[in-house]
Amino acid sequence: MDRRESIKSLVLGSLVGGLALESCVSDSKEELTAKVWEHQYGRTPEEKAVDQKLLGEQFFTPHEIETITQLGHLILPPNENGSILDAGVPEFIEFMAKDYPGFQEPIRGGIMGLDHESNTRFEKVFTSITEVEQKTILDEIAFPNPELSPSEQPQPIQFFSLIKNLVMTGYFTSAIGIEELGYVGNSPNVWDGVPQDVLDDHGLAYDPEWIAKCVDQEKRNDVAQWDNEGNLIS
Amino acid sequence: MQIIESSKKYDVVIVGSGAGGGMATKVLADAGLKVAVVEAGPYFDPANPEQQTQLKWPHESPRRGANTQRVFGEFDMAYGGWELEGEPYTQVGDSQFDWYRSRMLGGRTNHWGRISLRFGPRDFKGKDRDGLGANWPIGYDDIKPYYDKVDKLIGVFGSKENLPNEPDGFFLPAPKPRLHELYYIKGAKKSNVKVIPSRLSILTKRINNDRGVCFYCSQCSRSCSVYADFSSGSCLIFPAQKSGGQVDLYVDSMVREVLVNEEGKATGVSFINKKDRTENKIFGKIVILAASACSSARILLNSKSKQHPNGLGNNSNMVGKYLHDSTGTDRMAFVPSMMNRKRYNEDGVGGMHIYSPWWLDNKKLDFPRGYHIEVWGGMGMPSYGTGFNVNDLNKYLGIKVGGYGNPLREDIQKFYGSVMGMSGRGEAIAREDNYCEIDPTKVDEFGIPVLRFNYHWSDFERNQARHMHNTFEEIIDNMGGTVLGDKPTAEQNYGLLNPGRIIHEVGTTRMGSDPKTSVVNEFEQLHDVKNVFIVDAGPFVSQADKNPTWTILALAWRTSDFIIQELKKQNI
Repeated sequence: MDRRESIKSLVLGSLVGGLALESCVSDSKEELTAKVWEHQYGRTPEEKAVDQKLLGEQFFTPHEIETITQLGHLILPPNENGSILDAGVPEFIEFMAKDYPGFQEPIRGGIMGLDHESNTRFEKVFTSITEVEQKTILDEIAFPNPELSPSEQPQPIQFFSLIKNLVMTGYFTSAIGIEELGYVGNSPNVWDGVPQDVLDDHGLAYDPEWIAKCVDQEKRNDVAQWDNEGNLIS
Repeated sequence: MQIIESSKKYDVVIVGSGAGGGMATKVLADAGLKVAVVEAGPYFDPANPEQQTQLKWPHESPRRGANTQRVFGEFDMAYGGWELEGEPYTQVGDSQFDWYRSRMLGGRTNHWGRISLRFGPRDFKGKDRDGLGANWPIGYDDIKPYYDKVDKLIGVFGSKENLPNEPDGFFLPAPKPRLHELYYIKGAKKSNVKVIPSRLSILTKRINNDRGVCFYCSQCSRSCSVYADFSSGSCLIFPAQKSGGQVDLYVDSMVREVLVNEEGKATGVSFINKKDRTENKIFGKIVILAASACSSARILLNSKSKQHPNGLGNNSNMVGKYLHDSTGTDRMAFVPSMMNRKRYNEDGVGGMHIYSPWWLDNKKLDFPRGYHIEVWGGMGMPSYGTGFNVNDLNKYLGIKVGGYGNPLREDIQKFYGSVMGMSGRGEAIAREDNYCEIDPTKVDEFGIPVLRFNYHWSDFERNQARHMHNTFEEIIDNMGGTVLGDKPTAEQNYGLLNPGRIIHEVGTTRMGSDPKTSVVNEFEQLHDVKNVFIVDAGPFVSQADKNPTWTILALAWRTSDFIIQELKKQNI
């Protein structure tokens, strides 16, 4: 779907979703405002209103959330950094299902299909079988057929890929996930080139002629001055 | 509802607050003129903590940065997109022009890539080389003094290279290349593709005591809260106000048309106040349009009167014609030797530290104009989409794709920072039959007739895009990388993105010395109405293989100087 199409369907979808789910709104106005202000990230009033509306609605049932959570633990088992729960993954997936309604049917239907498979094999829904039993199901849906494009994959494989993508992105955009991945930026610093050991590892070196054109970070706070030919003299 | 008329009279009414509008505001307010700036979006200041997205983490948002609210992701600092609610546009036949608009003080300068390239001597005289399009009525020497002044006022880093068509300027020093950029340099050199430090309007060194110095967060697209990058508000409009200029800002004000008197001279503009949906008029001696190439054309075409039945400034029938955007196509590469990278902070400045200016002679090629290559990659901040298809790249290593559990952790660690990309951005030929016009069948939610587009690429652009992909593949191969995705086919226009996608749309009110074939003169003054000027990219005769902003700024300054002189001489 191209961007224009996806935006059209988003607008339509959120409208329909909003009407259908009004009865699910449970929080008071004060609670909602607190929820939104947890998320202070430069919203316009219109964007804030969208967030407020979505945060006040509930799409997934408790059983669906439990299924998503158990799938999440299988996709990324808890480790010394924490778990998908510490990373807020179920809340993120709940939010995305409302923010991008295109996710609703594949996830809701996918969970029903997963439970059907589990019931057929073990006479219990997916969340009630043992981890060993759960993995026998996952082993069949976790590996896409390399001969087929993503949209040609059988539905159970597409469902698991979608959940996996959302769990992975939810975890690795969280504070613990970012730390685990080892991203160390997003903070004021001074870039002064690739560390020497990294250059050595890659068999690369800076060309001295090039480096002569680069910033001398000792002088970054001296106000720039040039001669008439445009040569920097400060 | 009654139309509300402001009793205040201005010397100049400026429509739009982006690069062109900001520069006109600065120069004219500094000269003591009373200026009104009319902006269709809300007030915005990058330093306002309520609006700031810089240095926010993905987990501070419930959607982790997904692009459902803003098309470039929700931390991007543009209140806009290709589709705006209540502001539609239409197409002729199978035309697919995508029109990006940003509605906020400073416009698109708040999120742009800061690539600040001067046009070179050849770029103003394309027709002399290949007989296509038209020459500009001015040359590099006419605009050079203004490029110099823009460099010193706003700040741009770069390096002296003495290349014939990439003029040097008054540069701040460049940042050192990152790892993936060193790979690119190595690969490009093998193919004799020129690579030089990029030229971006980001302060790698202090330029004055009002603006901060870059602290390397890589987030210029979020607009810098210490004003270390160029945006029109922080570098032009706020300084004009601060130094005592008489500048009134009319925000959330959508201009409908330019008003004229009995003699057909402009007297001001009418606009819709978006907050209370009233229609308003303000008056000034001079009207400057800086609403963006297509929006300014729309305002002119909608400004019909008995004096100007064909729209304002449109005696030539040229308003809206010669619309063109830069060409663009992209490719990604997986570089196995960049797997399992050592972690360190390589955010750097926002955007690339290096680039390839056009390096070949078109006489030997099957397309007439050049392109430059932008390079991207690195260990960037995770955002919505990080971890999607986490181990698809395993197929290039002969390892099974898919799975669950802790192996996925190892995969994301292994591939982080090993994928990079290249983007070609080139010059299209301006054609009369690529245009925007008023669609008489439709209005927007403010009752203003909307634009209808007709735009098709030709083989000139398609062949250029094919050449871009051939170049990318060769460089990637030289780097020891694997090209991702198939080479786009002829049916796919060789990967050429829809016109409008590069957001360099220009040419709708082109300049020329002949009033029959152009809309404005070399000082961006309407041939037909002497007190109306256009200082966005509409007057561009051709868009070059550069980015338009630095030229918009230089021309807007030149035009503003002309306005001051003409006022002194009482010519307008």
